[in-house]
Amino acid sequence: MMFGFFSSLDCSLDIFFVEALINGVLLAGLLALLALGLNLIFGVIDVVWICYAELVMIGMYAIFYFVQVLGLPLPLAFLLAIGLVACSGALLHYLVIRPVLDQPPINQLLVTGGVLFLLQAAATMAFGIEFRNLGIRLGSVNFGDMSFAWSRIITFAVALGAMIVLWQFLTRTYIGTAIRAISQDRQIMPLMGVDQKKVYLATSAIGGGLAGLAACLMVLQYDIYPQIGLQFGPLTFMICVLGGLGNMVGGFVAAFIIAQFITIGGSCVATEWGYAVAFLFFMLVIFVRPQGLFGAKS
Amino acid sequence: MLDLKNIDAGYGAFQALFGISMQVNAGEAVAVIGANGAGKTTLMRVISGMLPASAGAMTMEGTDLRATAPHKVVELGIAHVPESRRLFPRLSVEDNLRLGAFIPSARAHFSERLDYVYGLFPRLKERRSQFAGTMSGGEQQMCAIARALMSKPKLVLLDEPSMGLAPVIVQQVFELVRRIRAEGYTVLIVEQNVSQVLKVADRAYLLEVGRMVQSGSAAELAASDEIRKAYMGI
Repeated sequence: MMFGFFSSLDCSLDIFFVEALINGVLLAGLLALLALGLNLIFGVIDVVWICYAELVMIGMYAIFYFVQVLGLPLPLAFLLAIGLVACSGALLHYLVIRPVLDQPPINQLLVTGGVLFLLQAAATMAFGIEFRNLGIRLGSVNFGDMSFAWSRIITFAVALGAMIVLWQFLTRTYIGTAIRAISQDRQIMPLMGVDQKKVYLATSAIGGGLAGLAACLMVLQYDIYPQIGLQFGPLTFMICVLGGLGNMVGGFVAAFIIAQFITIGGSCVATEWGYAVAFLFFMLVIFVRPQGLFGAKS
Repeated sequence: MLDLKNIDAGYGAFQALFGISMQVNAGEAVAVIGANGAGKTTLMRVISGMLPASAGAMTMEGTDLRATAPHKVVELGIAHVPESRRLFPRLSVEDNLRLGAFIPSARAHFSERLDYVYGLFPRLKERRSQFAGTMSGGEQQMCAIARALMSKPKLVLLDEPSMGLAPVIVQQVFELVRRIRAEGYTVLIVEQNVSQVLKVADRAYLLEVGRMVQSGSAAELAASDEIRKAYMGI
């Protein structure tokens, strides 16, 4: 159905199509990483951080500041930014989420929405509305007539590596096992000797760390500006819901589906249409499967 | 080992336990019997810290339980097998057991304890990588008990282990209780299946509408006409 739609837009299966397909796969790595952080938080704490992409934005500005203002080497700036956003995640939980943990979901959504505007405003005050970048040029690799940016390839590889590391952590460690267990039965966690508050805080820090890592990968490809969260936030949220909110594997698969809509749609018509087609597909899916492609029926 | 004095507890304005006093000595198997709604599960929840007591004193080997955070109670050697098992259904059997060994003192001996519970319940070893929720009720009860034993507890609290199981399986569950007794654990067990539980316990307490109304050796209670009429259907 998807190919039929695009072929009607005069997009035949040629080299550009293959290039778009591969670029879609590369983009999917980044989107999957973003979705993973949001899904982890939701799966464990049952709260949606609507300001998740703004944490990424903070990380990108932090890298910009560390490199351009403080003159730190890039690898150090990356490490510091990951640490900073991880702390921000923990702080967000401690200061904003914890007081509303027992309140209705809409209240929780709105307080994180408040943080979204706060972070955007703070970034605008501190850095202005100009588009910034680090001027990193990594070049590209060519296969025949096809060309792929190194920044995208590196992003894909690192995102995939980070997801594998996180999966190992969740399946091989005690705290990771507790993180996977907690949403299945919150009340009996103390009987296992698990302090729920600590698990929530650790999960928030990990979710923040993933946002920080995404920031490191995004400064390689994208300009930094206060509203960059608007470009990636709704997309991330939509991928999570498409995959079944809280389902980490579902989010991973959904990222690959959505990335194809964006890049193939973008290469056939225009980038803006890629987003629109992706959201249209999303709407059709949730009409039929409200719980998402891989969500359990509630 | 475990000592309760005049414990009150409840849910909001509803008081469920009134002045409960009881002891469990090391090596004993003690049963708390009573009808549905008598407060048996509430009593277990108070001991393991899931529900705070509102009055009274409660100690485990001299440590004040009321001053202990809920997630620290298991570190004092109390493992609670909750009512209706409460396994993590979408985690493997082995992950469930891993969580039973979450406390630092148990982590250090994880593989040793795992061998021990697999030796006790070979069926669990066969099912180690299966989701706990896909097992039969009897196997799940086995897994819930094994999970509690992973922390190397001194006292095991068993809340209605026979509930919701077929009669044949109930027999097997009481056999499990005998086995963990034989392994040297002190056991506090709450049951509606009075005739069965009085066969495995040394002593018993009778709980009626939140109050302890009778106590004695299991044989004494099993011989009491009142209990035979009210709880054993004889």
